[in-house]
Amino acid sequence: MRPRSILGVLVVAAFLGLLTYGLASEGSSGPQIGEPVPDAPLETLGGEEGATGSLADYRGRWVLVNFWASWCEPCRAESPELEALQQRYGGPRFTVLGIDTRDLTRDGLAFVREFGLTYPQLRDGDGEAAQDWGTTGVPENFLVDPDGVLRELVRGPVDARVLRQEFVPHFAADLRRDRT
Amino acid sequence: MIQVRARRLLLTGAILSAVAFTGAPAVAAGTAEGRVGPSAMSSATAEGDSQAAARGTSGGVPATPAAPKTSLADLEDEVMCPVCGTLLGLADAPQAQRQKAMINRMVDRGASKEEVKAALVDEFGSEVLALPEGSGFSLSAYLVPIVGFLLAAAGLAVAVVRWQRQPAAASESGPGEGSSPDGAAASGGSGTDRRLDEDLARYDL
Repeated sequence: MRPRSILGVLVVAAFLGLLTYGLASEGSSGPQIGEPVPDAPLETLGGEEGATGSLADYRGRWVLVNFWASWCEPCRAESPELEALQQRYGGPRFTVLGIDTRDLTRDGLAFVREFGLTYPQLRDGDGEAAQDWGTTGVPENFLVDPDGVLRELVRGPVDARVLRQEFVPHFAADLRRDRT
Repeated sequence: MIQVRARRLLLTGAILSAVAFTGAPAVAAGTAEGRVGPSAMSSATAEGDSQAAARGTSGGVPATPAAPKTSLADLEDEVMCPVCGTLLGLADAPQAQRQKAMINRMVDRGASKEEVKAALVDEFGSEVLALPEGSGFSLSAYLVPIVGFLLAAAGLAVAVVRWQRQPAAASESGPGEGSSPDGAAASGGSGTDRRLDEDLARYDL
């Protein structure tokens, strides 16, 4: 093979390699039901400078992970429902965990105060966590079991009926078992 | 004729390289004006004394009127809306409006351009900047076009030099093949001679 042909092949191979790398690293599809969920640490919303938290901190509990943002109108509608769920079932075996994505800290904190949200909140300023979870927008809700496996997800806002039908049946039995 | 071609090639290559060099960072930045990276990044450094202390409540009018260090218009084509994925100046989403409000608040408090950008990076990460940072791996966004331009120019120069040498080598070897013009014609001569013969034959001179 002539040197020029070898060079040409190398150039084409380099471009193909670059294209493949770009496609492979261009956002994940996120966890599917039955798969483990990402648990990279995130900044806490309104916490001390540098304080972080992650899903791993809640291992052993059912966690309803809620991706939201203060500029999102449907998030405003569903927040009271999520707070009601937290008030009803929150404890050592269940919690709602909010992740404020691509939002200003000040606006996120104002949102939390406005709706009186008591469940823990993390910050995903650059949207990487939202990308890792495969979200396509906000709000989106993911139910994670005590072993860190995704059990249910709803893309879009939830209301009391959706929570009762789609999420509660998964963890209600566990909570009842603990109470007996 | 070959020298004219070589000059045209050089000129074309220079124009294409210049377009590629100035165009690449502009594509990365997404600006319609095609402003190029490092100079735009460093434009805010000569702001003068710091009047960066907060002047009171957010959005309040300063007690002593003074020229702002920067403005929303100055910044909105250098930062992105993280939700829309477009320049803030082109974005109209609710998040973009909040970002603009934040910038205006900081500007009212006397923050410099770099301070506003640093605050936005703190909130949204470095991807909020429209132009890549001039450090670390991001430096490659500026270096790659420069290196590409230099390689292209070097390749073009080598190709032109080789092309110019070929006819000179051919004309040097041509007369040596035969000691007489008849001998050169009989043996077919150089490429130039052959083309000349063909042209003459075509016009039947």
